[in-house]
Amino acid sequence: MPRPGLLILAFCLLAAPALATQAAETPSPDAPTPRLDSTADHTKFKELKGDFKNGPEVTRACLECHTEAAAQLKATTHWSWTFHGGGEDAQTLGKRHVINSFCGSALSNEPRCTSCHIGYDWTDLRQSPDQQGVAVDCLVCHDTTGAYVKHPELAGHPDYAPASGSPPDLGHIARHVGASGRANCGACHFHGGGGDGVKHGDLDSSLIDPGPSLDIHMAKEGGDFTCATCHNPRGHQVPGSRYQTQAAGEPADPLPSRQYQSHARCESCHGGAPHPDLSLTHIKLNGHVDRVACQTCHIPTFARGGVATKTWWDWSTAGRLGPDGKPLKIKDDHGHFSYLSTKGDFRYAEDVVPTYRWFDGTLRYSLADETIDPAAGVEINHVRGDRRDAHSRIWPFKVMRGRQPYDKVHNTLLVNHVFGDDDSALWTNFDWPKALAAGTTYAGQPYSGQFGFVDTTMAWPITHMVAPADDALQCAQCHARDGRLAELSGFYMPGRDGFGWIDFLGYAALVGALLGVAVHAALRIIWKGRARR
Amino acid sequence: MSRPDTDISTSGGASESARRREVMIYSRYERFWHWSQAALIFALLFTGLGLHGTHDLLDFKLAVQIHTYAAIALILLWLFTTFWNFTTGQWKQYMFKGGLWKVIRFYAYGILVGEPHPYKKSLQRKQNALQSLAYMTFMVIIGPALWLTGIVYLTYDLWNTAPWSAEALWAIALIHTIAAFAMGAFVIIHVYMTTTGKTIFHYVKTMITGYDRVELSEVEEAYIEQTGMVDMKK
Repeated sequence: MPRPGLLILAFCLLAAPALATQAAETPSPDAPTPRLDSTADHTKFKELKGDFKNGPEVTRACLECHTEAAAQLKATTHWSWTFHGGGEDAQTLGKRHVINSFCGSALSNEPRCTSCHIGYDWTDLRQSPDQQGVAVDCLVCHDTTGAYVKHPELAGHPDYAPASGSPPDLGHIARHVGASGRANCGACHFHGGGGDGVKHGDLDSSLIDPGPSLDIHMAKEGGDFTCATCHNPRGHQVPGSRYQTQAAGEPADPLPSRQYQSHARCESCHGGAPHPDLSLTHIKLNGHVDRVACQTCHIPTFARGGVATKTWWDWSTAGRLGPDGKPLKIKDDHGHFSYLSTKGDFRYAEDVVPTYRWFDGTLRYSLADETIDPAAGVEINHVRGDRRDAHSRIWPFKVMRGRQPYDKVHNTLLVNHVFGDDDSALWTNFDWPKALAAGTTYAGQPYSGQFGFVDTTMAWPITHMVAPADDALQCAQCHARDGRLAELSGFYMPGRDGFGWIDFLGYAALVGALLGVAVHAALRIIWKGRARR
Repeated sequence: MSRPDTDISTSGGASESARRREVMIYSRYERFWHWSQAALIFALLFTGLGLHGTHDLLDFKLAVQIHTYAAIALILLWLFTTFWNFTTGQWKQYMFKGGLWKVIRFYAYGILVGEPHPYKKSLQRKQNALQSLAYMTFMVIIGPALWLTGIVYLTYDLWNTAPWSAEALWAIALIHTIAAFAMGAFVIIHVYMTTTGKTIFHYVKTMITGYDRVELSEVEEAYIEQTGMVDMKK
């Protein structure tokens, strides 16, 4: 819940310079609404006068003043797509390295996948962006006009000469940069996996302007947060990673977001006893925070904003063509593709009840060089955590399911070459053997040439779309025989768990007592007369 | 097992000097204790079965609230009553007595064939041997098993960081549940035993009004009349 005091303070801090700015300036034709939180008006910078031919030219202009920005950015996961996990068996993760259960692997599909990189021209993921001399893209995160759009197939560039004939006005865009808003982050994070809401389930375009019931923090009527309010960057380092998070809160750590950097957590503002009343209910709810993540109760369902998320992707059916030899595109009743020759079968869902797991913040990935057990099905990433671990919490997840190609001899997941204007890309040629041979060769992955399809699951931690308190889960949604936590075993939960044969004996004692007194009463009535005689 | 009262009408063989008078044998506090305890135990049993998952007639949250507040109220009541029992000397009523087998035999057989009750109620001995044993079990085994585990359960937040907390919660819930089943059986039999008086509702009426017909010796009668120690109807 927003603290009224903080909101008022924030309003005063924001409003004071804004009023002063408005009074002092005469708007020029090129002037935007003056930004309320900046001391610089980019429309006045000589470096930004005139036109720019392409993105990297804009970047060069930015860096003339923001001298350290590129170096800062190049130290981030956003740049390297490489994430070094923690712990004893730390894995090297990040988009350069993992296989996921959507498009599979970014490797060998670069110009398509790197359209979401915060740089220009990363065309070969086998090399780091630094090795490739990739230029930083400032605009994708700092455009405030909405006119800057990276083209999906141009390795991070916008289309400078679109068929529509109206190229983006890079000069205008550059003169109107500002702090990252929801749409900036959302341009990539809302559209991962090939479309709006496809991947995460709790991140989609409905969060650009959400109502309070969808996200109480981001709604204008609520906290009016941007992504950066919680994922508060310092020196372009954005905290809060799915690969390695901290599931357990620091108790009583109510720091304003400026001061926390390594984490973006509910407890950072709400503290370790987040339910404030001295009522029995609030005391009882606070008694849950040592085991249950805030998200578990306060995100009752995900994909609530009217955008469906993908829940099933069966690659094994891809490649089937229509009678005319052309690729098929079949839609379901809701207008979503249910089959594409390029990608296989899909299923979607909205307003999805999460799956709950014990989570210590670590996701263990099945990487391309790890042996899998195809008979058992493959967890693309395994949720780590244990009920006995003080750092684990019960956490909600979207579980993505599907079928993906694997090597039947080596028992590994396979890098799949899907995108490209060549003779082997699956989406162009619909030829699995060629596509897998090309993908594995490109990635340097051993490949026997024999492939099959294996059932996979991939867990996506749910943490966005926090509902208003009134919409939080009710006790009985978990404290019931077949409640939401029915799958989690090994610990006692009232309302869910009984005591087996001891319960049986207990009920037998109650029934026995009732029967006993009934028989006794009957005998009293029957023999009463006999006694009188 | 237990019965709330002893029917003096079946006692028989009263001495010539004894007279039967309507005497207040359950004081106002005793009756208040009994009936509020009864109401709280029924509330706890009903909500407890709900929390255990036996029924879902109540919303879980409401059941937790009722169960917790009723438990706190019952613990307070027991604290007061323990104090009352010791200050008034009434604790002696619960001590073990001889003649247990005679009483058991009576309820198992004698009552069915119209034998007289082997026990004579007096002001100093309100309970027969079986009653005393049953109530003692209630007070020193079933009751403490419930309130001890209940208090530990309610204070979970104070020990939840211990590595054994999950196992302890399970064990505590288990003991609490076993004791609750025993309490349920006790209540069923106790309620049935109230019907074994002179009339079906005789004992219930006694526990409401507090008065019962008790044999008094002349001395007792005179003493009560003289001192007004207990209420006695003319």
